[in-house]
Amino acid sequence: MDLRLLDAEPTTDERAAIDAFLGPPVSAWAGADAVEDGHSAHGGHAARAQRHQLLPALHAVHERNGWLSPGALNYVARRLTIPPADVYGVATFYALFSVEPRPRRVLHVCNDLACRCAGSDRLIAELTEEVGPPGTEAGSATWHASPCLGQCDRAPAAFLVESGENPVERELTGVDADGLIEVVRGATPAAPRSATPPQSGASGLRLLGRIGAIDPESLDDYRAHGGYAALRRAFDLGPEGVIREVLDSKLMGRGGAAFPTGRKWDAVARQPRRPHYLICNADESEPGTFKDRVIMEGDPFSLIEAMTIAAYATGCERGYIYLRGEYPLAQRRLENALEQARRRDFLGDDILGHGFRFDIELRKGAGAYICGEETAIFGSIEGYRGEPRNKPPFPVERGLFGRPTVVNNVETLVNVLPIVLEGGLAFASIGTERSTGPKLFCVSGAVSRPGTYEVPFGATLRELLDLAGGVAGARPLRAILLGGAAGSFVTPDDIDLKLTFEDAREVGTTLGSGVVLVLDDTADLPELLMTIAGFMRDESCGQCVPCRVGTVRQEEALARLSSGRTRGTVQDELNLIGEIGQAMRDASICGLGQTASSAVESAIARLDVFTSHGNGGSPS
Amino acid sequence: MNPIELPMSPPEPAVRQVTLTVDDQAVEVPEGSTILEACRKLGIDTPTLCYGETLMPANACRICVVELEGARTLVPACSRRVEPDMVIRTDSERVRLSRKMVIEFLASSVDLSITPPAQEYLERYDGEPERYGPPAPPDPHRDHRHAGHHERPDGQSAATVHVPPKLDNDLYVRDYSKCILCYKCVDACGEQYQNTFAITVAGRGFDARISTEYANPLPDSACVYCGNCIAVCPTGALMFHSEFDLREAAEWDESRQTRTDTICPYCGVGCNLTLHVQDNQIVKVSSPADHDITRGNLCIKGRFGFQHVNPKPGP
Repeated sequence: MDLRLLDAEPTTDERAAIDAFLGPPVSAWAGADAVEDGHSAHGGHAARAQRHQLLPALHAVHERNGWLSPGALNYVARRLTIPPADVYGVATFYALFSVEPRPRRVLHVCNDLACRCAGSDRLIAELTEEVGPPGTEAGSATWHASPCLGQCDRAPAAFLVESGENPVERELTGVDADGLIEVVRGATPAAPRSATPPQSGASGLRLLGRIGAIDPESLDDYRAHGGYAALRRAFDLGPEGVIREVLDSKLMGRGGAAFPTGRKWDAVARQPRRPHYLICNADESEPGTFKDRVIMEGDPFSLIEAMTIAAYATGCERGYIYLRGEYPLAQRRLENALEQARRRDFLGDDILGHGFRFDIELRKGAGAYICGEETAIFGSIEGYRGEPRNKPPFPVERGLFGRPTVVNNVETLVNVLPIVLEGGLAFASIGTERSTGPKLFCVSGAVSRPGTYEVPFGATLRELLDLAGGVAGARPLRAILLGGAAGSFVTPDDIDLKLTFEDAREVGTTLGSGVVLVLDDTADLPELLMTIAGFMRDESCGQCVPCRVGTVRQEEALARLSSGRTRGTVQDELNLIGEIGQAMRDASICGLGQTASSAVESAIARLDVFTSHGNGGSPS
Repeated sequence: MNPIELPMSPPEPAVRQVTLTVDDQAVEVPEGSTILEACRKLGIDTPTLCYGETLMPANACRICVVELEGARTLVPACSRRVEPDMVIRTDSERVRLSRKMVIEFLASSVDLSITPPAQEYLERYDGEPERYGPPAPPDPHRDHRHAGHHERPDGQSAATVHVPPKLDNDLYVRDYSKCILCYKCVDACGEQYQNTFAITVAGRGFDARISTEYANPLPDSACVYCGNCIAVCPTGALMFHSEFDLREAAEWDESRQTRTDTICPYCGVGCNLTLHVQDNQIVKVSSPADHDITRGNLCIKGRFGFQHVNPKPGP
């Protein structure tokens, strides 16, 4: 590759940060001082095979410097043998990276659905008043509005990033305006604690049982509470036996697409091409979703054990956890768990003496919802832009690095533990015929006790709401958003809906990632629809026309409807939104575009938002 | 002496044929063909924009989508491989709607004034790009927009990708107001032809744009001025400076142009050149896309090294 670099050098700090991650350069070409014994350029395949290190390398220097300067970007390009333009294309894909100088302390204030319900609008108004509009430099700090931070059970939320020698990343929950203003002005907020799910201590919980009851940083505590019994059982069953149990369990993926997990595993296990890869999709960025965070923070070893079983069954030697960048506590807990597991031979070259080799690498996203799409995640890990790929070929044939790949969501994976321990058939007897097992729901918005709830499939919305203490302040229920921004709204008439894949499908909605966002009569529906439309526009990767432009046109049409300044009649605008939605659903490459209009269209169809019966304009 | 017996070349492996149905007509094509190729064999005119005969399909524009029986969504004809017994519709209501919306989305956000098939597609699918409102004024900060953030629109005008043309070198102009983001220039600059990697897609979503690192001017980038990006650009976003100047002066007139095929004199490869001549001046150089050696590609000398042929402008 004929690599032409920029005429820019990294600062000492930038170089040190990159070298600390990549190791010192081994040749003059890669940036070392020229060596005396002649040339030692290390090119060829080895040099070019490092591209997958790009995202973590960018993280390393961004954490040190707070932005990606031309010198730093150039040095990353040189070290990894990637054209600078390509590095720039990747860096500008992620919302958490900046390629322009900015203050070293950046506060991201969530202004998404659940936080809006908790008054984030007022927070942002006060911040704007006191500090200035988003992006204002206030000393060494600035602030920006952010899409959902996955803290909806503790809304309103914010996320602090401070670069430097000792970089800080911290979740801020249940915040108020004064607190945020102090943080912008330099105060260091208290370290977060992991949330205890409201059901903590209840009996019969299969997924949440350990959370709050064990020390999430102790492998011994995990084992004392039944940890690693499932892996031993898996070794007794053998890979085929594990897959048979998972097939028998009829486990369906919990990330939103509800694909049968056993079939996925079976397909990868049968692929003759090697190596196989396992990816745990922990990019949980669907607005209103936080269940995976609760698991990773409260019971991190369970995910690692489940991944080890999945890798054993499908023949993977290497696994990745792709964690969204806004979950620093989950990151610390997982890093600690990985290290302990390695030290005690629960990961490594010979796991528990069974001759099985497997290890896991934690990869951190940098603010891109699309990277949770199962093929976009490959691009992101490989060091390319997180753009989805066309299917077929499917990931089970050609996934990460072009190899057969299992991609499973966190919740899907941890379900494997009870499946292996109790048997697939026993698991299948939980829930309904076609939706088996326990399910986590992320209940947020206008409820008394928001949080992650575990119920068997088939529980009704009403039962779930009762568990969460009903609508807060006993206000009337206006609507419920099921499945997040890519999901759809249901009405109070649907309160007895059984929460199963098939019942949801029958009434034209989806469980998606398990979001149950409750809205009472004070909810400003047009505003929330604008938020959803704006989110889809921001998070579209931009690759295909239907989604790239359709999300913009959808937002513009909603803006006209909200303001009452429509082009033609209201019905004309609604028809236009319908056509835009149809094209995005039919012609987009991936699930983001295909569902980018579903919440908006469901609100128009079921909630009369913009017609005389609904609350068009502002809330009454 | 016996005549020399030349060894026979090994027999071509038999290519398996696949039979499928397109618009109720059975068609047989070699295994590995795309739906687009099957459509073409039947004479069905399928619209394409991002598809390039000399490049791997990017399938980004999605105007070629067709309905495949049993599939939840429409599928891109340009890249989806045929399978036995596929049943495909190319002119159903769903297909027509998606194609209409794609061409409307592009026509309302991009300057398609010199994209040859755009007007025809708009007419064929009853596209009304005006219904999204008048075009919004250009965003001067488009090259520096940050992923994941945008200003909330009021909907009274339609957002566009309009930016001033980039005139940063003597050889060609980048007018990204005309860019539909088909990825062809990036592919031609990068791994599919030139391996120079001077340009990339930067930013995200509607703010995604073709860019050098830090949006630097071309002379500061890795560009080697082969012009192979110009050769594949379907919309005139990339254009010879000579063509740009003539268009600005309203003097560009293809009806007054001749095209002369010749062979590049600079080296021994023997690339074919097509000289586009207007008023006795070479105004553009291309190479036939079906030429065995070039496949439409040239180097800086063949593409731009013609000034000495042109008569010097008079005093």
